[in-house]
Amino acid sequence: MSRFGNIGHRLYTGEVSFDFVGRRKLWTIISGVILVAAILGLTVRGLNLGIEFKGGEIYTVTKPGVTVSQAQTAANKLTGDTSALVQTANSSKGEQILIQISSAEKIDPTVGQDALKSSLGLSTDQISTQSLSASWGQDISQKALYGLIAFMVLVTLYLAFAFEWRLAVGALVALLHDLVITIGVYALVGFEVTSGTVIGFLTILGYSLYDTVVVFDGLKSATNKLTRQNKLTYSDAANLSLNSTLVRSINTSVLALLPVAALLFIGGGLLGAGVLNDISLALFVGLTAGAYSSICVATPMVAWLQEKRPEYVELARKVKQRRAAEAKAAAEGRTLDDETPQGEVTVPAPTGGPRNQPVNRSRSDRRSSGGRR
Amino acid sequence: MASPKSRPRDGYPGRALSLILVVMVALVAVMLGTGNTTPRLGIDLAGGTSVTLKATSNQQSAINPANMATAAGIMRDRVNGTGVTEATVQVQGNDEIVVNAPKGTSSTQLANELAQTAKLFFRPVLAEQVQANAATLPKSSASPSASSTGGAKPSASASASGKPQATGSGATASPSASKTQGDAVSQDLKASSSASPHASASATAHASSSAAAAGTPKAAATPSAAPTGAVSGQVGGTVPAALQTQFAATDCTTEAGQAAAQLAANKAAETDQVVACSQDASGGTWVKYALDKVAVDGTSITKAQSNLSTQTGQWEVDLSFDSHGSGQFANVTGQLAKNPQPPTNEFAIQLDGKVQSAPTVSSAITGGQATISGSFDQASASSLANVLSYGSLPLNFQIQEVVTVSPELGSSQLTAGLIAGLIGLILVVLYSLAYYRGLGLVAVASLIVSAVLTWSLMSLLGGAIGFALNLPAVCGAIVAIGITADSFVVYFERVRDELREGASLRPAVRNAWPRARRTILVSDFVSFLAAAVLYFFTVGKVQGFAFTLGLTTLLDVVVVFLFTKPLMTLLARRKFFNSGHPWSGLSPERLGVRNPLRDSRNSRRPARPAAGKEA
Repeated sequence: MSRFGNIGHRLYTGEVSFDFVGRRKLWTIISGVILVAAILGLTVRGLNLGIEFKGGEIYTVTKPGVTVSQAQTAANKLTGDTSALVQTANSSKGEQILIQISSAEKIDPTVGQDALKSSLGLSTDQISTQSLSASWGQDISQKALYGLIAFMVLVTLYLAFAFEWRLAVGALVALLHDLVITIGVYALVGFEVTSGTVIGFLTILGYSLYDTVVVFDGLKSATNKLTRQNKLTYSDAANLSLNSTLVRSINTSVLALLPVAALLFIGGGLLGAGVLNDISLALFVGLTAGAYSSICVATPMVAWLQEKRPEYVELARKVKQRRAAEAKAAAEGRTLDDETPQGEVTVPAPTGGPRNQPVNRSRSDRRSSGGRR
Repeated sequence: MASPKSRPRDGYPGRALSLILVVMVALVAVMLGTGNTTPRLGIDLAGGTSVTLKATSNQQSAINPANMATAAGIMRDRVNGTGVTEATVQVQGNDEIVVNAPKGTSSTQLANELAQTAKLFFRPVLAEQVQANAATLPKSSASPSASSTGGAKPSASASASGKPQATGSGATASPSASKTQGDAVSQDLKASSSASPHASASATAHASSSAAAAGTPKAAATPSAAPTGAVSGQVGGTVPAALQTQFAATDCTTEAGQAAAQLAANKAAETDQVVACSQDASGGTWVKYALDKVAVDGTSITKAQSNLSTQTGQWEVDLSFDSHGSGQFANVTGQLAKNPQPPTNEFAIQLDGKVQSAPTVSSAITGGQATISGSFDQASASSLANVLSYGSLPLNFQIQEVVTVSPELGSSQLTAGLIAGLIGLILVVLYSLAYYRGLGLVAVASLIVSAVLTWSLMSLLGGAIGFALNLPAVCGAIVAIGITADSFVVYFERVRDELREGASLRPAVRNAWPRARRTILVSDFVSFLAAAVLYFFTVGKVQGFAFTLGLTTLLDVVVVFLFTKPLMTLLARRKFFNSGHPWSGLSPERLGVRNPLRDSRNSRRPARPAAGKEA
């Protein structure tokens, strides 16, 4: 742990630095591959929508002595998975067992009724079948979609106002990236999509943006007044900012992922609570994607957009010049930092980074070489 | 806990801490006091009630998928208008609607509320007549009004006491003085449905309810004249010729008669004149009305709200109309106000074929607002307000069956989920302690505070607005823990950054706050925006999710501002943290700060924990 703490410090000062921004191509390839897979999965396999969305059949069993677990077993045999919902109902007519089977299972009601009848040993008057509409109807989905669109518009406006439009674009791209990946994973894995899954998606939406905004908050202060120096390009500063807040990002993600991972792997996997899977998988995939995208998608995207601005193009030119001069000086055995007053120009502390300390050369060397790798 | 030497530069951490402590204690006390000690669980976790309603209509073609879907949507609004109750509505078969509501919902009330068509019309009263059931008459015969009202005027009274517009205060109600302030009368008659002037300025609606009508001469004067059957008072106003037979035949004192009248009134077109009975019998008397065609339709209602009248102490329902409805309402009340005498200056509020109340009008009501009074209790008033808010059903429904259903998820699944969640939380605690040491305890304490607040608020909301938690919401709450923990992480990392720059602990804790605060606020604002927008735009479970998200986001801000920050400020004064004890999580060595004065980075690796001193 103490080593980790030291890494935290070294990340903060820049002694250790992972070049996130510079490896834009790598991230593009990784994200691209995952996205393509997700979209392919969505278009080819499609989502396995649960009974809440598609409706289905409800079988009412009135035979006394049939237990829920017997009915569940029979229903599972019928559907081949564990998606059937089995409940007891107490009415004036006595106890009943209700079995709901999604129409996505494509089981003909009469076939289903016969199968249940034989496996539970029922007579014809002990089972009845009725169709059931979706409880999560079209109108709910539609309103949810409108809500989502309204939210995206508003949040883009807010981010454009609080930061600037380039950052808003970055955040939005990261958000869509996370959502598409999470939904795509559902198509690929084939887990049933329930209302819980949708709630999971929406949780991701909130979390992904939250995470991105925390990162951007650091980025904004790190790149404030950046044009007044000539040691760092925008990308360098962004990278420095990412690294200095990397510990936070990792800790946050770990803290959020631990309980979800427990639900998914221990609850859904080891203990066999299958219903937890459709919720916790969305959260697990989405949280992971969210942590990745705020660092490897949103920030490089912003840096790429920013580097196109004239002032940062100019800055990049100056930095290049300076580095060339440094390299030349190094070749001649001098150190530029000691001589030139330019060393006075400080890096506007990323998240309040080392103030009034000249950036040491070995660091910028490493970074620039890292960037080329 | 609070240091006596709170320095303003550090703020007043003791005050904030005691504030949040008081809030916590208060919430828990209210929680225990009201008995809502656990959050309500959704149907998937706790089971609940399932109500099956069957559509009925005289035209079979009206029972079609489109109408059923509309009805299901309206019912969903009725049972889950706030989106937090986790109730679901589904169409079953061709003509049935199944409504599932979590445990703890009153099933009879739910069923009645759902089955209510809620077709609301405002019709001018043409004529009215009091009818009493012979069996119940002795009660009302005791009324002093029996002798005082000699005329045919049924609505002689029951006007609200303290009503500003009420003119005339003849203690002995003169027969036709409609505006008599018959306090004595109404009290003796137990006119629970006494009128209520609307609270708004323009309100002059003078709801003389059915009960008021008891003061009719015949009803009171001949208590035992007819031991069986109905006893009718004189007819006030003029029954239109077309309705006369029906009017005479209608018997509002028996259930069958009421049902027949209700059915006929329900069937009638809006342009028809109808005969209708009063909704309730108070003091054993009903009022039979002949009503004109519909003047204002209930669809013009934009908002309905139950309200305890400060003037009458009765529950009532306040209505607001849209501009079209306001205009119509102003028109009809203006017309009615010109009629000097009741019942022709009354308008009836007809709900589902029965007259809820029939206030007299003394001037045009232009404010676009009205009040329905009647013998409401809190539950029935809010239920009526609820059904009116969401419009009327396109079909009539009958309650088919009400059953108790078991949880959708097996108990083994729930247990597995709980065990897994618990393991997850233990992992979170272990990670925070391992990484942040002493600070981890601050984080854990903050999480506990957050958990207590969340638990008590959710429990209370379960009682207050029917807020229910389903499994996804529980999982969401677990993720919310991560988001809450993030605020601490942001703050702790800022403090450590300050330390890395060589600041000593107290200034570090102080200086780190403004930056951390900004980050926390900006990011929480985005979360809250998501919650607010989704809550506003969506329905059903998405709305429930948005509510939970908004609640946890607000709690996050509260906990960080009122607990974590003040606690840090206080702890920074303790030697354990201040001296940078290796287990405090703040030791410069552990942070990797090369402090020239203490150049001991490699020599002081704690071989043995000296922890547990305090936190």
